[in-house]
Formats: sequence, C-alpha cells, structure tokens
Amino acid sequence: MLKKILKNDGFQTLITSLLCIVVGLLLGFVVLLCINPTSAASSTIEMIKNFLHFSSTNLRLKNLGNTLAKAAPLLMCSLSVLFAYKVGLFNIGAAGQFVIGSCACIYAALAWHAPWFVCLLFSIVVGAVYAGIVGLLKAYCNVNEVISGIMLNWIGLYTTNALLTTVKDPNSPYTLHIADVSPGSILPTLGLDKLFSNNKYVTIAIPLAIIIAIAILVLLEKTKLGYELRATGNNKNAAKYAGMAEKRNIILTLAIAGALAAMGGAFLYLTDYELWNCTETAVPAMGFNGIAAAFLGGLNPIGAILSSYFIQHITNGGAYVDLKVYSSQISDLISSLIIYLCGFVFFLKYALNNAMRKSEEKKAQKTPVDLEKGGKK
Amino acid sequence: MVLLIQYTIIFTSVLMLVALGGCFAEHSGVINLGLEGIMVLGSLGGALVMRFFPNLPGPVMIIAVLAGAIIFGMLYSCLLGVAAINFKADQTIVGTAMNMLSVAAATVFVKAMNTAANPDDVSSVIQYNAQKQNFLLKVGGFEFNIFMLVAVVGLVVAYLTLYKTKFGLRLMACGEHPQAADSVGINVYKMRWAGVLISGIYGGLGGITYIMVSAAEWKFEVGVHGFGFLALAVMIFGQWNPLRICLTALLFGLFRALASVYSGIDFLANLNIPSTLYNMLPYIISLVVLALTSKNSRAPKAEGIPYDKGQR
Repeated sequence: MLKKILKNDGFQTLITSLLCIVVGLLLGFVVLLCINPTSAASSTIEMIKNFLHFSSTNLRLKNLGNTLAKAAPLLMCSLSVLFAYKVGLFNIGAAGQFVIGSCACIYAALAWHAPWFVCLLFSIVVGAVYAGIVGLLKAYCNVNEVISGIMLNWIGLYTTNALLTTVKDPNSPYTLHIADVSPGSILPTLGLDKLFSNNKYVTIAIPLAIIIAIAILVLLEKTKLGYELRATGNNKNAAKYAGMAEKRNIILTLAIAGALAAMGGAFLYLTDYELWNCTETAVPAMGFNGIAAAFLGGLNPIGAILSSYFIQHITNGGAYVDLKVYSSQISDLISSLIIYLCGFVFFLKYALNNAMRKSEEKKAQKTPVDLEKGGKK
Repeated sequence: MVLLIQYTIIFTSVLMLVALGGCFAEHSGVINLGLEGIMVLGSLGGALVMRFFPNLPGPVMIIAVLAGAIIFGMLYSCLLGVAAINFKADQTIVGTAMNMLSVAAATVFVKAMNTAANPDDVSSVIQYNAQKQNFLLKVGGFEFNIFMLVAVVGLVVAYLTLYKTKFGLRLMACGEHPQAADSVGINVYKMRWAGVLISGIYGGLGGITYIMVSAAEWKFEVGVHGFGFLALAVMIFGQWNPLRICLTALLFGLFRALASVYSGIDFLANLNIPSTLYNMLPYIISLVVLALTSKNSRAPKAEGIPYDKGQR
C-alpha cells in the first residue's frame, strides 16, 4: 500500500516540491542569519505569515485579497511556461509576453477608453502574435527559443516604455490610473470584492485564472490537439512521420503560451492595482517567477495554482521582513533558490525509483525459492 | 567618431569575453545559460574589491579587481557544474535559476552592506568613480581602457588553449562525442568541470568590464541588461569559434555603441530616430542574425546532454 503511494508520480512530485520549498526557506533563513542574526527568525516567520501579520480580520482579508490579485497574473505566467514546456519548449519569453500584454491593455484602456473585454482581447491577440514570432523563428529558422525569447523580452520592454509614455501622467514616470480615465476598462468584480472586506482589486481575474488552468489541463490531457502537441514535444521527428504538422504545432504552442502570459498582464493592470513605470529599466519579475511556479507545481496546471499562490504569498510576505536590516528582495532570493533546487527534482525522482526497483528485484530473486519450498509441502 | 570607436571596442570586449566563456562551456558539452548571472556575480566581486580597498595603488588595484571578478565568477559557475554535471539536472532550468538568483542575491547582499554602513541607505548601489580612473589611460582623444587589453589577452589565450593544446582538443572531444572521449581515457566529468569553471572566469571578467565601462556606480537591482544572452547570440553567430566570435562581437558592439553615442554624431542625431530604437537595436539585430545563421549551426553535438557513463 505504502509502496503504491510512493510510486505514484503525483505523490513524488508533491514530496519533492515540498522538499524544495523547505530547503529554499532554510537557505533563505541562513542568509538572513548571516546578515543579522538578531531578527532573522522573526523576519522569516513574518514573511511566511504574510497577511496573518495583521491582527484584525478585516485587514487580513484585505491583504489576502491583494496577494490573490497578484497570484492570478502569476498563475497565467506559470501556465504559459508549463504549457510550452509540455511541448518541449522553454518559454522564458513569458516575461516579455507579459510586458507586451500589459502594454496592449493599458494602451487600449487609456488611449481608446475601450471596455474591459476589448482590452483583454487586445492583450491576448498581441501576446499571441508576439510569442508567435518566437515560434516562427524556432520552426523555420531553428533559432533557440530561449535566446530569441530573451531578446524579445528586452524589445518588448523598450517598446512598452515608448508607447506608454504617450499616455502617462505628465508629472510622474507612471501611467495614469485606469479607474480615473476609463472606469469601464477595469475588470468587473461581480461582488467578489465584498468577500475580501471591499478590496476593489479582487476581480473576476482570480476565478478566471483558475478556470483557465483547468481548461489547460483538459486541453493537454483529454483532447486530440493536446495529444499532438505533447507528441511533438516528445519527439519532433516521430510526430512529423506520424503525419502531424510539427511546425504548425510549435507556432501554435507558443502563440497559446503568449496569449496566456499576456492575459496575465491584463489581469494585473486592468485591476489598477499597479501602474506601469515608463522609465522601467528591468523586465518585470512576474514572468520569471512564472517559471518558478511552473516547475514548483510539478508542471501540472493544478499544481501551478498552488505553487503560484505560494510564490506570491512569500513575495508579498517579503514586505514584512524587518526592513531596517533586510531588504524585501529576500523573497526573490528564496523563489530563485527554489527553482534552482527544482533542477534536482528529476534526479531525486530517478534515485527514488531506482532504489525502489532495486529492492523489488532483490525480493523477486528471493520469492522463487520460497515458492519451491511451498511446493514441496 | 573617436567616441564611437572607443565605445565599440569597449562593448566588443564585454561581449567577446562572455561569449568566449560560453564557448568553453559549450565545447565541453554544457550549455551555460547562466552566463548573465555569472556576469552579475563577477561584477559584484570586482565592485566589492573597489568598495573595501579604495586606496590601493593603481596596478595592484587592477589585479585585485580582476581577481575579485574571476573568483566570484568561478565560484558561482560551480552552481552550474554541480547541478548539470554531477546531478544531471536540466541545464536550461538551472541556468535560468542562476540568472534570477544572481540578481536577487547581489541586491540583498549590497543592500544589507549599505544599510549596515549607513542605516538610512537602502539602495543597492556601489560607487567606484575614483577607483575607475586607475583603469583608464588617455591617448589623445582616445580613452584607452585596461579591459580592452584584458579582452585581447582573453581572445589569444582562448584560441591557443582550444586549438593548440592537448587540453583544449580533449575538451572539445567531450562536447562532440563524450563516449568516444571516455573510451580513450579522458575523464569527461573533469573536462566538463574545467569548461564550466573557465566560462566562470570569462563571464566574471565580462561582468566587471560591463559595469566599469557603463557607469561610475552600479545599481545591482538591474542585473546586466541581458548582455549574457547577447553574448550567447554572439557565440552562436560566431559558430563556437573564437576568431569568428571576435568579429561577430565587433558587429554587435558597434550597434550597442551607437545607442550610447548617437546623439553626439551629427548625421545620426539629424535623423531624429527615437532613442528607444537605438536601445532595441542590438536585440533586433541579434534576432535577425540568429534567424539567418541558426539553420546551419555547427554547435557541439553533445551539448546540453548530461553525460551518463552507462549509456551507449
């Protein structure tokens, strides 16, 4: 019975992911200890507590809402990464697709005062086309998707800065509040805000992201298209010989991945939770954290829901460390440590399965002898 | 015009050093996507030397800063070595994690250091304006930078090591066909470790070069602007060959230099092209160049595949 559970792939993923988290947090704690031993323990606990930092229920709910509002876009980015990874493509360009998606929806809202679904759709289309470039280059020119993705991240960042400067607040480097300029562009809340003590940033983005995660799971596991895409990922040539359009599959995969990441951008900026800084010099971390969430979730959409929330939970929690001695980037440090550790997951699983197989082989060698004994009786 | 040449050479030096690092790792069979992270750590190593020993005499300062960058770069590349060679981890994930980790770690560290020195200082900036002068030598209007020399030496050493020594040829064998190399008694694991560590040296040097030539102080929150990846593009376009890498780096360096100095050149300033376009130019060019050259790539055949002794 225990063996059966141990052999279950999902269970192994869960155990190894939890192990990554524990080791990552421990290493983060050690770093804090090295910087300043006096408040390391309390700061680590505050970071893990996040919204529980507050004592009143109202404030707790409000801050939980804030974490969820940012976990939804993160989930979209991680879905983008894991979807592409299932097809054998490493979509590091999710960060740039997130940026260009944000750019599209902010521009549509501020310049055209478009209703929210138009802004969202515009983001999706722009993101799909943008990631489609990576797909085209990969399918027809054999360009490594990691390198072209990174290049497009920077091109996307500079384009966004240039375009959004035309609609920014003249007195600051930030874009205008969408809620002031075009209230119709804000994602509807459908009463969800009431559940989180009137946190207006809690919108339909959160349930929508979860529904999309489930849709991706169904698409990958239960449809013909999903099967073809996964087959292309496993062996491009075999898929080609079996009559699948492997070039089309690569482009389609990246277009879907781009649409997902771009939707993440829309889910964040159409809530007005954050404003785009038009002098931004670094690609936002959201897309890269999506990679962390995808691998921590064992490359499973349902796992990604949990891991996205976890990563966002500690990222938001980073604000509650003792800022007199530490910086809030300690949570970035921990999430990057977790991804590094995720690199070892395959090895761990391999070692675990190997050990179990060996012990079974030993048993199998013993059993025939036992049977003979039984036969004599 | 002198300024353009000067900037071109300086950015070429950065790209070439880092691309040569990537070249060593890939020839040994390991894809080093963590070069960007190695650059960040290398620059941190050099900057720390300048921060804590600001009054060293000129030549000692130069050697100490280079040594700091090399040591930090090498130590950081061990993260890739352990994961990719000993634990057969996915090299793409590990490299990506290293890039993220480097920025976060450098930021946390520098902020902690600044805050410890002055409780009101929560920036992630290290200044080195005065120390920087040790590295510069004015010859007429041209500002000679010691890093240009480092890059040239790095190129010569890389070429000679790879093609003229037993070690280099063995290293390349491990990237082409590790099983064959193993069968004639070459230790593939050791060779791959050597490749990764050398890429750490070059990456670290490239990192310190980048921050020293770009500014008089560095904010570690921003990393190195994707230069590690531009260097990978240079390496691919250079077909993993040091001399070709040098030429490719010149091309990329020129476009990067244009972004820095175009406003000072009348002809370009009159074109009224927005500065954003110049900033994007190196990335766009590298995309185009990759599209044109990736089809007939001469990449080491076994790169990215973990070596398993038992595999046929």
